[in-house]
Amino acid sequence: MSELIRRSALELAAGLKSGEFSSVEVTQAHLDRIHASEDDFGSFITITDDLALETAQAVDAKRSSGEELHPLAGVPVALKDLVVTEGVRTTAGSKMLENWVPPYESTVHTKVKAAGLPVLGKTNLDEFAMGSTTEHSAFGTTRNPWNLDRVPGGSSGGAAAALAGFQAPLSVGTDTGGSVRQPAAFTGTVGVKPTYGSISRFGIIAMASSLDQVGPMGRDVADAAALHELLAGHDPLDSTSLPDEVSGFVEAARRGDLKGKKLGVIRQLRGEGYQDGVIDSFTAALDIAAAAGAEIIEVDCPSISYALDAYYLIMPSEVSSNLARYDGMRYGLRVEPDAGPVTAETVMAATRAAGFGSEVKRRIILGTYALSAGYYDAYYGSAQKVRTLIQRDFARAFEEVDVLVSPTAPTTALEFGAETGSDPMALYLGDVATLPANLAGIPGLSLPSGVADGLPVGLQILAPARRDVALYEVAGPLEAALVSAGGRVLDTLAEGLSAK
Amino acid sequence: MKYEDAIKKYDPVIGIEVHVELGTVTKMFDAAPNSFGGGPNSNITPTSLGLPGSLPVVNEKAVEYAIKIGLALGCDIAESCRFARKNYFYPDVPKDFQTSQSDEPIAANGEVEVELEDGTMVTIPVERAHMEEDAGKNTHVGGATGRIHGAVHSLVDYNRAGVPLVEIVTHPITGTGERAAEVAAAYVRTLRDIFRALGVSEARMEQGNVRADVNVSLRESPEAPLGTRTETKNVNSFRSIERAVRYEIARQATVLESGEKVVQETRHWHEDTGETTSGRVKSDADDYRYFPEPDLVPLVPSRDWIEELRATLPELPAQKRRRLAAVWGFSDLEMRDVVNAGLLETIEDTVDAGAKPSAARKWWTGEIARLAKQQERHPTDLVTPVQVAALAQLIKDGRLNDKLAKEVLAGVVAGEGEPAEVMTARGLEIVEDTGALEAAVAEAIAANPDVVEKIKGGKMQAVGALMGPIMKATRGQADAGKAREMILAKING
Amino acid sequence: MTESSEITPEQVQHLASLSRIAMGEDELKALAGDLTTILGNVARVNEVVGDDVPATSHPIPLSNVLRPDVVGQTLTSEQALAAAPAAQDDKFVVPQILGEE
Repeated sequence: MSELIRRSALELAAGLKSGEFSSVEVTQAHLDRIHASEDDFGSFITITDDLALETAQAVDAKRSSGEELHPLAGVPVALKDLVVTEGVRTTAGSKMLENWVPPYESTVHTKVKAAGLPVLGKTNLDEFAMGSTTEHSAFGTTRNPWNLDRVPGGSSGGAAAALAGFQAPLSVGTDTGGSVRQPAAFTGTVGVKPTYGSISRFGIIAMASSLDQVGPMGRDVADAAALHELLAGHDPLDSTSLPDEVSGFVEAARRGDLKGKKLGVIRQLRGEGYQDGVIDSFTAALDIAAAAGAEIIEVDCPSISYALDAYYLIMPSEVSSNLARYDGMRYGLRVEPDAGPVTAETVMAATRAAGFGSEVKRRIILGTYALSAGYYDAYYGSAQKVRTLIQRDFARAFEEVDVLVSPTAPTTALEFGAETGSDPMALYLGDVATLPANLAGIPGLSLPSGVADGLPVGLQILAPARRDVALYEVAGPLEAALVSAGGRVLDTLAEGLSAK
Repeated sequence: MKYEDAIKKYDPVIGIEVHVELGTVTKMFDAAPNSFGGGPNSNITPTSLGLPGSLPVVNEKAVEYAIKIGLALGCDIAESCRFARKNYFYPDVPKDFQTSQSDEPIAANGEVEVELEDGTMVTIPVERAHMEEDAGKNTHVGGATGRIHGAVHSLVDYNRAGVPLVEIVTHPITGTGERAAEVAAAYVRTLRDIFRALGVSEARMEQGNVRADVNVSLRESPEAPLGTRTETKNVNSFRSIERAVRYEIARQATVLESGEKVVQETRHWHEDTGETTSGRVKSDADDYRYFPEPDLVPLVPSRDWIEELRATLPELPAQKRRRLAAVWGFSDLEMRDVVNAGLLETIEDTVDAGAKPSAARKWWTGEIARLAKQQERHPTDLVTPVQVAALAQLIKDGRLNDKLAKEVLAGVVAGEGEPAEVMTARGLEIVEDTGALEAAVAEAIAANPDVVEKIKGGKMQAVGALMGPIMKATRGQADAGKAREMILAKING
Repeated sequence: MTESSEITPEQVQHLASLSRIAMGEDELKALAGDLTTILGNVARVNEVVGDDVPATSHPIPLSNVLRPDVVGQTLTSEQALAAAPAAQDDKFVVPQILGEE
C-alpha cells in the first residue's frame, strides 16, 4: 500500500503545500486503495473517480499558478451518502432513492468543493441513518477493517471504515444519536458531533431534524478539527444554523494541555451493560489523563437514565414526518400494488412498503403512534420535557468541570447479525452514552482510548453547547498522552494491513 | 324544507374559515417566486418540491403581512409563536405535511365589523389568524372524457406549493337568524376589502386568492347547545357563499325534520346546481399528528415592530366609508349605491380634482353609469375623474347646462378630446348673446298670455312652461337660469 | 398512558394506514410485539416530568430567523421533473386521487 495513504490529512496538506506531491497523486493513491480494498470493506455506495481527479487536477493547476488555496485544498474526502451532491447519485442507503440524482447542492458539498477537496465517493450507511451497524443498508454490507467479521458501527459505518481502511484521510458523517461517534469508536478513528446548528443541515437528508448534526471524522483529532473548521459556519438556508464564528479548532487541538483540566466522569455511564474491556480501557485512559495533570471528578446526571426513552420517542416522531415525502409521486421509487385499485393512496402504500427496510418502517410506525391524537402529551410532549431535564443536568455538571467523559459505546464492534432477533430495546441500548448529547444539543467527540481483544475502544468527550473548542482543548493533549503511553491505536491495524 | 321555513324553526350557527394568498414576492418558506407565470413547475426550489435535504426559512414579508392582517382584525399579536407540521399524505403536498400553525397562531382574539346591505352592522368574532403554506394544483385527466384513452390519473403542478397563506377562523357566529347567509357573504366581502386596503393581497376571489370554507349547524333555539356542523369547502364567490349557506340550512333542516341526524362531514359546493354534496366523513383518519416544526425556530415579534406596523395601517374600508359619508353629506342609501358600484375611490378622486361631491356622485352613478352599462364596460373605463371634474366646472361656470353637458360627455367618451375641447368643437357652449335670448323670451311671453297670467298670480312653477319655446328658439343653448330671470323681470316689470 | 399497554396488530394496521405503508399479517404482528416492548419501556418518560418543566423542541434556542423577500435560485421544470417517476406536459403524473372532484 502506498505510503501516501498512511499520512494524516494535515500531513497531506503540508506535503501538497510544499510541493512534495500533487493532489492528483494523493487522490489517485486513495482511489487505487479503494478499488483494491472495496471487496473486503464495502465502504462506498458510489465511487467518484472522475469527479475526484477533476478536482485534484484543478487544485494542482491553481496551486502551480500561485493562487491562494484553502489549507485542506487537494486533500481527498469521502461523504456519507446522506449528503446531497448535485449530479451525483445520493441514496441515503435506501432502495427508495436508488437512482436519485439531486438537482441541487448541499451546503456541506458546496463548502467542500469551494475549498478544493476531491470527493472520492459516497459512503455506505444504515438506511436513512437508522441503525448502528450499517447492516440496514440497501447497498450491501460494510465490514470493519479491524476484523471483517465485525460491523463497523453505524450509521456512518462506511465513513468510519473508509478512514480505518486507509481509503480516505477524511470523512463526513452525520450523527443523530451517536452515528459518528460510535463507528469512530468501533474503528479506532476520531468522530465529532458538533453543537447542534454548528454545521448546516441544508442538503443533508433528514432523519430527525432536532437531533441531526453533520460530523467531521478523521484518523486523529487535529484532522477532525480541520474538517470541522471547514464545514462549520452560519448558513442562511438552515433556520437552525448558529450565527457563531468558528475557528481555532486545530490550534486548540495542538496547544491544548491537560494540566488543571477538570474531566467529569458521568456516574450514570460507566456501569451495567459495559464490556470489561471497554471499562478497563476507559479507566486506563483516565489514569493517563490524571498523570498528565487532569483532575478527574465524578459527576451525576440523573436524567440521563431517561435519555434513551426520550430519544426513542422524539427521534421516531420526527422520522415519521420527515420520511413522509418518500411517496413515489415526485422522485425516487414508485411501485404499483400487486392487486386492487391503482390510486395515489395505494401506490404510495405499495411504494413505501417496497422502498423502506424493516428498521425504517418500525421507527415510522412508532413515531406515528407517539404523535397520534391522545398520545402526544404522554409521549412526545413528555419526551421534550425530559430533554429539558437533561440539558439542566449537563449545565449543572459543566459548572463543575470543563468537559464530561465516558466510554463512547458499551461494547467494541459487534459481530454481524448480533442484533437480529433480539429485543429492540437491547439493540437501542448501544446508543445510551451518545444520544444524550443529541438531545441536549451539546458537542461530543470520540477518540480511541486503546484496544481490547483486538478491537478498538472509544472514549467520548462532551463539552458545553457552542463550546466545541473545549472538545479539542482536551482531545488533543489526551490523544497525545495516550499515544505516548500506548502507541497510536490505528498503527496496530496499519501494520496488519501492510502485512497483507 | 325551504330556507324560509328552516330559519323559522331552527337557529343557524355559522363559522367561516377564510384563506388569503399573500402577495409577497417569494413563497412562505423558500425563495421561489410567488407567481404563476413561466409554465408549470418552474417557480420552484428544492424546498417547494420537498426534495430530500431541503429546508424551510420563513419569509419576513409574509410575517409582516400576517401581523398587519391580525392588527386590522383587532387581534392580539402573539408574544411568541411557532410553526407546526400538519401531517397528511396527498400528492399535491410535496412534503406530505403542511407547515402551518396549530396551537400557537400569530394573531388571536379579534373582531370584524360587517355592514349588511341595509346598513345593519354585525360584529363577527375572530378566533385566530395563522400562517401556513398553500399546496400544489392537481388536474384530473383521463377517464371517459379524458384525453388519454383509458388512463385515469392526475397531473400536478407545484408552482403554487409553498405560496404564503393566512387563514382566518371565526368563532361560531350566532344570533344572525334569517340573515345568516347574508352575513356570511358580507363578512368575506369585508375581509376582501381589508386585504386590499392593507395591500397584502390582490384578493381576487375569481383567481382563488381568497377562498372560504363555510361551517353551518342548526339548533332548536338560541339556548340549545350547538348542533352537528358540516364544513363546505372552497366556496369562492360572495354569491356562492350566500347560496351555500342557504342550501345547507335548508338541507340540514330537512334532515332534522325527517328525524335523522346531521353527519359531521366535509361537503363540496357545486356552482352549477347550487347544491352541496357529501365529501369525506370526519373520522380518526383526520389525525394530523401536529408537532412543532423542528426545522423552524420560534417567532418572537418585537413590540416595536408591531407598533411600527400598526402605525402604517391604512384607514380600513368601513372607517373610510363612514368618514367620507359625513364629509360629503351623502345619505346611507347614496353611500351604499356608490360603494356597491365600486365608485368610492373614483368619486374621491373627482372631488379631489375640484368637483362638488354631489355633482361627482350624480355624474358617476347617473349618466356615466348608464353609458357604461350600454357599452358593458366599467364607468372608469369611459372617462377620468379629472374629466368629470372639468365637466362639472363648466356647468358651475354657466357655460353648459345639464343637457348640453351630457352631449359633451358623449363626445369625451367617444374620444373627441377634453370636455372644453368637445364643447367648443361641437359648438355647445351656452349662448352669450343676450339679444337673441331677450327676443326669444319676449316671443314666448307674447305667445302664451295664459301662462303669464298664472305667473302673475304667483304660480312660479308655471315659468317652466315658457322654457320649452325659449330653448327651442335658441336650439337648447340658452342659459336656463338667465332666461328665468328675464321672464320674471319682464312679467313683474 | 403510563401503564405498559399491549399494542394489537389492528392498531398497527391503523398506524400503517396513517403512515401509508402496506403491510402483511406477519409484519403487523411482529410490529405489534416490538411496539409493545418499546412503549412499555419508554412510557416512563411520563413519570419524571412535572407540569413545571418546559418542553425543549429546539436544543439550541434561537428565534426570529427570517429571510428577506427576495427571489433566490430556482429549479427549471426540467430539473424538477428529471427524477419524476412519470411526467407529462411539464407536470408530474400521479395515479388517480380518490375523493377528487
